[in-house]
Amino acid sequence: MKKALSILLAMGMTVGMVAGCGDTADNSSAAASTEAGTDGTQAAASAADIKVGVIYIGDENEGYTAAHMAGIDEMAANLGLSDDQIIEKTTIPEDEKAYDAAVDLAEQGCDIIFATSFGHETYILQAAQEYPDIQFCHATGFKAAGSGLANMHNYFDAIYEARYVSGVVAGMKLNEMIENGTITADQAKIGYVGAFPYAEVISGFTSFYLGAKSVCESVTMEVQYTNSWADMTAEGEVANQLIADNCVLISQHADTTGAPSACETAGVPCVGYNVDMTSVAPDAALTSPTNNWGVYYTYAVQCVLDGKAIDTDWCKGFSEDAVRITPVNEAVAAEGTDAKVEEVEAALKDGSLHVFDTSTFTVNGSSLEDLIAEGGDYAKYADYVSDGYYHESELASAPSFDIIIDGITSQAN
Amino acid sequence: MSKENVISKKEPFARMVKRDHISVGKAWAIRLIAVALSLVVAALVIVAITKQNPIEVYLGIIDGAVGSNRRIWVTIREMMVLLCIAIGLTPAFKMKFWNIGAEGQILMGGTAAAAMMIYFGEKMPNWLLLVVIFVVSGLAGLIWGVIPAIFKAYFNTNETLFTLMLNYVAMQIVTFCIVFWENPSGSNTVGIINAATKGGWFPTIFGNAYTLNVIIVLIITLVVYIYMKYSKQGYEISVVGESQNTARYAGIDVKKVIIRTMMISGAICGIAGAVIVSGASHTISTSTAGGRGFTAIIVAWMSKFNPLAMILVSGFLVFMQQGSIQVASQFGLNENASDIITGILLFFLIGCEFFINYKLEFRKKGEK
Repeated sequence: MKKALSILLAMGMTVGMVAGCGDTADNSSAAASTEAGTDGTQAAASAADIKVGVIYIGDENEGYTAAHMAGIDEMAANLGLSDDQIIEKTTIPEDEKAYDAAVDLAEQGCDIIFATSFGHETYILQAAQEYPDIQFCHATGFKAAGSGLANMHNYFDAIYEARYVSGVVAGMKLNEMIENGTITADQAKIGYVGAFPYAEVISGFTSFYLGAKSVCESVTMEVQYTNSWADMTAEGEVANQLIADNCVLISQHADTTGAPSACETAGVPCVGYNVDMTSVAPDAALTSPTNNWGVYYTYAVQCVLDGKAIDTDWCKGFSEDAVRITPVNEAVAAEGTDAKVEEVEAALKDGSLHVFDTSTFTVNGSSLEDLIAEGGDYAKYADYVSDGYYHESELASAPSFDIIIDGITSQAN
Repeated sequence: MSKENVISKKEPFARMVKRDHISVGKAWAIRLIAVALSLVVAALVIVAITKQNPIEVYLGIIDGAVGSNRRIWVTIREMMVLLCIAIGLTPAFKMKFWNIGAEGQILMGGTAAAAMMIYFGEKMPNWLLLVVIFVVSGLAGLIWGVIPAIFKAYFNTNETLFTLMLNYVAMQIVTFCIVFWENPSGSNTVGIINAATKGGWFPTIFGNAYTLNVIIVLIITLVVYIYMKYSKQGYEISVVGESQNTARYAGIDVKKVIIRTMMISGAICGIAGAVIVSGASHTISTSTAGGRGFTAIIVAWMSKFNPLAMILVSGFLVFMQQGSIQVASQFGLNENASDIITGILLFFLIGCEFFINYKLEFRKKGEK
């Protein structure tokens, strides 16, 4: 027994050493290939030997990560990459482990590394400084432009567009309820289960609200936070609280099925996030805004293949098919929803409709333009507002709209 | 009645006998057999659940933990943290003071370190800042350790519950601090502190960022080893641990020993927090301790408070953890897969202590 063990250990050590040697060989060849392309753009890589690294906050059991994984798979299919060219690291928390994972992927010879969670950013930035020849792309972050690093990039989908459309679906449902006499126009109150009280979430629920308001003028909304991205129990509890608070429709910006499950039990229609919620709430789920990350992943990896620079900030919506809403649930949605959705999506695509149209909302009773002109706290938004709308995600890929508009009550701190 | 008589007459098939003495070689042979058996069982589980070749999975673990220079250093860094906490727990556990509050003591130390980095990052030279960080985080851990000790000494409160509850208080304090330090606001994360200036970061020594982690933890290990083994105070700790009445009879001030020992224990755990924050993560969150305060208890007990064994055990546990990351990405297995393997290994390793302390005597043939 002892002998067998020592043989096993010896084998393990030999392989470890061999693997170690292999790594250093990879490094030197990577260094050589990058030296060739020091004239600003990196050398074009071929699809056969490019390596892609991905750092996920969760794993396939969690909606947000599952959406990213689907995007990576789509990219691999589009560009013809094989499985062993993609190294995926799952359940990497937002601490030094993210840095460890990033440099480990770099040392394994990855040409481009993606990280998916907001809190990964500072660690990815740290790794990007150490490996200037490797492209680092971070989803939902905002520091790439300010970092001055050519190899650091941020990306996001214009999910607010999809939220706006899902808001339209919700507004039509509210209209139907008003017509049927289930509620009066004044009772059209939406409850929103938010994760954290910062720009990404605020921008999301504002666009959702504006979508609903575009078809149902009397709608109001109450937002409560769970202070977690994925806490099934808390999301269910918050949803129940909102329902108890006379909300007649629930939406969410958090990652689990907690809220839709609560809505199914309470018989309240709801709009999900990321994934089709009809599996847990067949009689409540209307639709879910969802990201199609494959568009970006294909774009970014293609850039590396072509030796082109990747956009420092990338954010696309319906125009590039980077966001969508899941099929509208006919059993719950109001009649004619599909036609309206098509119309709104087309308007967003051709640019005739802007989500944050400043004529559609007020803040403390005055328009955003007036507030900016007055100066004070709102002066900082001056760069974002022109041509009658707030230019969300144009200056940087991450959402920036963090104003609580009239009609929304948020128990923010 | 008659039935019982029949049974008691017959000797049981096997019975446990406490060993008087076991040779070191024999004890280690039993442990090695346990490791080998656990690897076999784990292999069976791997095959049954994942249909993967278990040898390859094991090689993946080895590769993940020590497959490249950087991986070796990450493994060492994590190992040093775990070792430091286990060393910190040792005096308390030797005294039979069930300190399960290392988690909280680490968090308090880490929070203190983060505070120093944030508020004094640009105001003093780095060496001075590091000294301040160690002193302050040690103090923070000390305070968190001494509170339950005082209550234990004077009011005989239950230290297990007390230290456990203080963990949650520490977590709330961290959450509270994050409100002030979060960047950007509302995101609930602090991000890397002083990313540009590296103020309060451990300096790179001999070309490696983690050299100082190793030096500090090994010094603490050595000092605690000498303190426990050769100092009068160390002896007092073991006497109090064995029997408080004996200690009193021998003229030892039990209250004083309890409080003093928990000050040391808490301070070392606090410094472990500083090693994590200043030397590795450069951030603070409620998961900074990450359950290591509990894992370290296993390390301390499995090593029977022997610092050398602690290096081995913490090395082994971290090895498995680091390997798990590689296994997860290489085989598409969830990281829970390697938790299962670690669990099986621990089960056998802890289980084999039974065979080291006891032996089984079987009924001899022909005996009535």
